[in-house]
Amino acid sequence: MEIDPFIFRLSIFILSIFIGYYVVWSVTPSLHTPLMSVTNAISSVIIVGAIIAALAGSSDNVFEASSIYGFLAITLAAVNIFGGFLVTQRMLQMYKKKKNKKK
Amino acid sequence: MISANLSAIFYLASGILFILALRGLSSPDTSRQGNYFGILGMIIAVIVSFLSIDSFSINVIYVLLFLIIGGSIGAFIAFKIPMTAMPELVAGFHSLVGLAAVFVAVAAYLNPQAFNLGSPGNIKLASLIEMSIGAAVGAITFSGSIIAFLKLRGIMSGSPITFIGQHYLNLILGIAIFVLIFYLCKLQSDSLFWTVILISFLIGVLLIIPIGGADMPVVISMLNSYSGWAAAGIGFTLENTALIITGALVGSSGAILSYIMCKAMNRSFVSVILGGFGANNSSSDIKEKKDQKPVKSGNAEDAAFLMKNASSVIIVPGYGMAVAQAQHALREMVDKLKKNDIKVTYAIHPVAGRMPGHMNVLLAEANVPYDEVFELEDINNDFANSDVAFVIGANDVTNPIAKTDPKSPIFGMPVLDVEKCKSVLFVKRSLSPGYAGVDNELFYKDNTLMLFADAKKMTEDIVKNLD
Repeated sequence: MEIDPFIFRLSIFILSIFIGYYVVWSVTPSLHTPLMSVTNAISSVIIVGAIIAALAGSSDNVFEASSIYGFLAITLAAVNIFGGFLVTQRMLQMYKKKKNKKK
Repeated sequence: MISANLSAIFYLASGILFILALRGLSSPDTSRQGNYFGILGMIIAVIVSFLSIDSFSINVIYVLLFLIIGGSIGAFIAFKIPMTAMPELVAGFHSLVGLAAVFVAVAAYLNPQAFNLGSPGNIKLASLIEMSIGAAVGAITFSGSIIAFLKLRGIMSGSPITFIGQHYLNLILGIAIFVLIFYLCKLQSDSLFWTVILISFLIGVLLIIPIGGADMPVVISMLNSYSGWAAAGIGFTLENTALIITGALVGSSGAILSYIMCKAMNRSFVSVILGGFGANNSSSDIKEKKDQKPVKSGNAEDAAFLMKNASSVIIVPGYGMAVAQAQHALREMVDKLKKNDIKVTYAIHPVAGRMPGHMNVLLAEANVPYDEVFELEDINNDFANSDVAFVIGANDVTNPIAKTDPKSPIFGMPVLDVEKCKSVLFVKRSLSPGYAGVDNELFYKDNTLMLFADAKKMTEDIVKNLD
């Protein structure tokens, strides 16, 4: 009997939870705020679904309902991706400056 | 167009890069590299999503347009936002992830062919369940984060909003969602799908309104976790590995942070969710105590004198420092002290501030070297050997009553042993109790000097007096 592909995805999911568990425990508490902003940014990888939905529309009818939702989701996710990564970078930069000063 | 297998490999690669992004945060030295891994992973995922389309239509232009619009807004916010506003920024960003998840689920529902999920009205059962769950969790994340944002921003009062039967209402609505999803799978009716989303919005609001201001670190972490689970739900729907991996990572990350925050407050997760903490301050009781016990209060001159003659000072920052924007003045004060060969360190309680790691970022912004900043368990033994503890904007996290009085609502919460210092300087605007509504014994100790003023103003005055 063949295994349902869903089971494979479920396996990936469960294993990733374990990876997440161990990786996040190793994050130093002083970087918990950047951790939140970066997880925010990466969870916006949901944009791939939005892009596929938006591109699926035909050329004759660009603004059919599903594409519109795709466009909206792209905009929201893009705010998050750029905002999330850049603000993380800005914060992490501050942790660096001090170190240089000390040297 | 690239094959589905190839794009799956690329999505896996970006999932791995996201893992490395989080791994990088284990130390400030590797964190920036980690962030670049994250960005690279995102770029790969976005490019692959473009390449997996058969034929390009005019839509590509619109996609790029909206990408640029959203990106510019995001970049603008990222550069403009003051570091003190990080908690509300993160809450705001969570709401966007939630809403984006809802929109993607809706798009997939309206046009299932685009994702190979069947046709409208005849969507594969598993996909339908996955997308409803993704949409529901996304909607809860969205409206919950909006409430959290409004509370953090001060637009909405931070005090808990509770009413009779609240938990039963939540329970009923929760059950209703499952029932509706069940019928949605049977009937595939649009109105059921929309109802699920609407009820989920309502649940999000109801979940967050009873939770008070100081429980916000838990709420933000919890919403962080939800946004992850929503992404994972959508990932299952779209059969996308990058989304599944990321969703699981973010989900467990938020869950761990919630756990750490709850533990730091000695509160169970359930009691935080049920909310209402700090709602009924027994204010009469506090007044009584105030009349009985004498308090020593001083001015900037006294504080400067005390610190100048100390050999070691521990700074205990809290949310009040963030509100007063006192971190730069504080750093100036510390610089002056260091010139006098006084050893200065910072002690940070895990729930100081309104989000995990909030104080660390503010101190980092003020150019405080991160190796002078210590977490509770690393520094707590040092208080006994230090001359002065300078408490600025913290309150409940220093209250010794948490160790002595089993009746106190904060009993058992790990606190900083500030009272063990030879002398304590407490910067505070008044004697009012902290968020937990508990009077702080520390105010009345013989070795405590209260400095009644705005945190920033007082620190600046001390700086002047240190010359």
